[in-house]
Amino acid sequence: MERIRNFSIIAHIDHGKSTLADRLIQYTGMVEERNFQDQILDNMDIERERGITIKSQAITLPYRAQDGKDYILNLIDTPGHVDFSYEVSRALASCEGVLLLIDAAQGVQAQTIANLYLAMENNLEIIPVINKIDLPTADIDRVMEQIDAELGLDPYAHIKCSAKEGIGIEDILEAIVQRIPPPQGNPEAPLAGLIFDAHYDSYRGTVIHCRQFDGMVQPGDIIRFFFNKAAYKVEEVGHFSLKREKSDRLAAGEVGYIIAGVKTVSDVRIGDTITLDHRPCAKPLPGFKEAKPVVFSSIYPISSEDYEDLTVGLEKYKLNDAALIYQKDSSVALGQGFRCGFLGLLHLEIVQERLEREYDLSIILSVPSVRYRFTFKDEQILYIDNPAHYPGPVSIARSEEPYIKAKMIMPEKYLGAVMKLCKDRRGLDSKINYLGPGRIELIFEMPLAEVIYDFYDRFKSLTQGYGSFDYELGDYRESNLVLIDILVNGEKVDALSQIVHRDHARARALQACERLKEEIPRQVFKVAIQGAIGGEIISRTTISPFRKDVTAKCYGGDITRKRKLLEKQKKGKKRMKMIGSVSIPQSAFLAVLKTDAD
Amino acid sequence: MNLRTPDSCSGKVPGLYIHIPFCRTKCPYCAFYSETDLSFIPDFLRALFKEMDMARNQFDRFDTVYIGGGTPSVFTSYQIEEIVKRIRHNFALASPAEITLEANPADINISFLERLRDTGVNRLNLGIQSFDRKTLIFLGRRHSSAQAVSAIEISRKAGFTNLGFDLIYGVPGQDMKAWLDTLSRGVAFAPEHLSCYQLTVEANTPLITRYQKGELPFLPEGLQYDFFIKTSEQLEDARYTHYEVSNFSRGIKYASRHNQKYWNHTPYLGLGPSAHSFSGNRRWWNHRNLEDYINELSLKNAPIQAAETLSPKQLRLEALFLALRTSAGVHLKDFSEKFQYDLLLEKGETLARLQEEGHITIRDGILYPTRSGLAIADSLALI
Repeated sequence: MERIRNFSIIAHIDHGKSTLADRLIQYTGMVEERNFQDQILDNMDIERERGITIKSQAITLPYRAQDGKDYILNLIDTPGHVDFSYEVSRALASCEGVLLLIDAAQGVQAQTIANLYLAMENNLEIIPVINKIDLPTADIDRVMEQIDAELGLDPYAHIKCSAKEGIGIEDILEAIVQRIPPPQGNPEAPLAGLIFDAHYDSYRGTVIHCRQFDGMVQPGDIIRFFFNKAAYKVEEVGHFSLKREKSDRLAAGEVGYIIAGVKTVSDVRIGDTITLDHRPCAKPLPGFKEAKPVVFSSIYPISSEDYEDLTVGLEKYKLNDAALIYQKDSSVALGQGFRCGFLGLLHLEIVQERLEREYDLSIILSVPSVRYRFTFKDEQILYIDNPAHYPGPVSIARSEEPYIKAKMIMPEKYLGAVMKLCKDRRGLDSKINYLGPGRIELIFEMPLAEVIYDFYDRFKSLTQGYGSFDYELGDYRESNLVLIDILVNGEKVDALSQIVHRDHARARALQACERLKEEIPRQVFKVAIQGAIGGEIISRTTISPFRKDVTAKCYGGDITRKRKLLEKQKKGKKRMKMIGSVSIPQSAFLAVLKTDAD
Repeated sequence: MNLRTPDSCSGKVPGLYIHIPFCRTKCPYCAFYSETDLSFIPDFLRALFKEMDMARNQFDRFDTVYIGGGTPSVFTSYQIEEIVKRIRHNFALASPAEITLEANPADINISFLERLRDTGVNRLNLGIQSFDRKTLIFLGRRHSSAQAVSAIEISRKAGFTNLGFDLIYGVPGQDMKAWLDTLSRGVAFAPEHLSCYQLTVEANTPLITRYQKGELPFLPEGLQYDFFIKTSEQLEDARYTHYEVSNFSRGIKYASRHNQKYWNHTPYLGLGPSAHSFSGNRRWWNHRNLEDYINELSLKNAPIQAAETLSPKQLRLEALFLALRTSAGVHLKDFSEKFQYDLLLEKGETLARLQEEGHITIRDGILYPTRSGLAIADSLALI
């Protein structure tokens, strides 16, 4: 145990986390030069394309330190986006220390601070690393000031590096060995292992990623999960090399995997504790939370025949994403589907994209919503995350919506524009903290519903990419809420309904109609789109029908070409949802919430 | 309108198309294959006759012949006579067969036309396009409006009793009035057949380059619709039958029997470069290049560039979109039996809505596109 170090890298997005991980892997000789590809731990296509980490990954790096001894360094890579902070917290709970990576040019950002707090909560040793020192815009003195003033850390304890150029890598490895404490734990005590992730392997079932705190587990043992008390026989344990590497046992302090014939997803919860069935530990490891979704939307197959495929796809997908929650749901307009809870909009988009890519599903997502709280006149309380289930104004005594505390860090010159954006989104109680020359932190309390869709994009564009945004959930507050329904050719499409503040209702309804007009292609029939509150129509647009689209000539040589064109159009139409006789594309449902980009 | 295809067409006797790949000059809007070097004509004819010789085992009998192009009237009457002779030598022609030739008004004189009649050509289609000087110049036509008038007169004089005109609308610079003027001048000659095409901006033409550069405005959809509807109304007032999107005839009797074969999946054999053939569930087409065409045939190879075998689903889509272009419409029971697809059952709701909107009518088990339905026939096929 003395020779084990468990660590993670935490950073603001784009500060170079994946690149540094790549360099550490290369330096310790885990992978030959010719087999190397960038972002080696981000093995999903979507992670590479977006340049982000979605899932936690672990890798064991063998390292002979300058003291001549061999060490085992377990790197646990964590996601970087605000949507995934619970996954990050569980990964961090598996470590004794972190590398806090800061971009030498951009300095400390909102996520740097948020991650630092997470690391502090877990009592981790923090090693500040200033990355990208090769950049011409690097300002190391300024970053050191920030480390001192904003992070409250010893500015001289940092390591300078350029992950891109391979500078400072050995210093980092030495610091991991010397400064991060070895894991504590008693190998003789009852087994206590923390699940920090799990993934699905189509041959082996669920592969559990875990950190052992006490005791030891080996093949043949019967393990038990604390949360649901299910027991399984261990088939295989091992460590993470670039691939899984079988071993005889996993003992206290180690990071590795367990395969135990766990078939269904619901048996594995990130943050849950693994123990031995016949000799359980007294209490679970601290910090377990059920994933708490904040954004809700329903997923429907475009063709109702694909419902079974969607059921299977979601179940398999869930193996890899414990944060997604779902349950059966049905819509008058869209048929059978699933109501899903997501950590945020990015999470929603990722789920949508991965379901389509990895399970070859064509799906529609209803307009995203937050979870509202309604108190009825008889004092009964109902939480509603699906606008289709809005109970109607007559019975409601009190409507409430969730608020967040948004923290934004940006150069001072953007303050005016961002203040206006926040106020437009019903922001309250602003506070401004001056962090250093020209840099401010702006804090606003805002309804979550106002930030779930394009707030982040709008904020990024207003601050030209120099702003950072983070939020924490606050309490529920009373709000004057109404339900907007959308009618397409007189038919209510419940999946397009949204709950909004009354003062914004007319504008939102109009915006929804305008967006739909842009998204729904012209058809043979006139399409009337109406926004309504109760029975009252408050907005309206019309998509005029095709009047002339026929090709003038269609003789011998034209027929094949024409047919191929029609086949292509037919295929495109299959990816749209038919509501009555109107084809609505997938994009329309998410576009409804988009505001004008001014 | 809304007349059923006469039995002579649905009787499934194949048609023969001959593509003459020569023009004196190229029109900037046209995407049909042709060459302007007329010195290749003798080589082409030798190759064409060889192709006929090779095809005689596949097709033995036709009841229509269509000599198109290109510009068949760049040939001498003797060359055309030779072609028709060779057709008769290799294949059986039903009697009476419809034998059509396309001609440019600038090319023809009375003796040419009389010899054509003697050869057996009984239907003449004149590429008039417009009676307006400016429009003719824009279209790059080498004939004048006066030449068109004289071509019509001598055609009648030569004894052609089945005469068709091609006209184009939606040409930049041509407003509705100018078009209706051309149309009524055409109608005044009482042709048996009129093809009125909206100018199509085809890929790989000099015209599309001008549009792409932004030199020319695209015709707004509303105006396209107005041109289409006005044309149909005007011609039906003049007692023409609107029997296909762009085709009108003086009663269904004068509808092009040959062209209808394309629209109801009757087999056809196409000879000459770029010509398409169809039989059963197969379609194939020749090289769109005169040299390749000639070379293949001199090697005794079929000059086929490619072929496709249509799946039942593809045949169904074609049958639907082609039938929706014609006043013959879709015979619902036949369609259902042939393709195992009951349109009424599968698309009843949409069809009812289309009927309400006046785009189709359903009478006696036949689905007919109306005038406004013909204008959106391509979309109708996607229901």
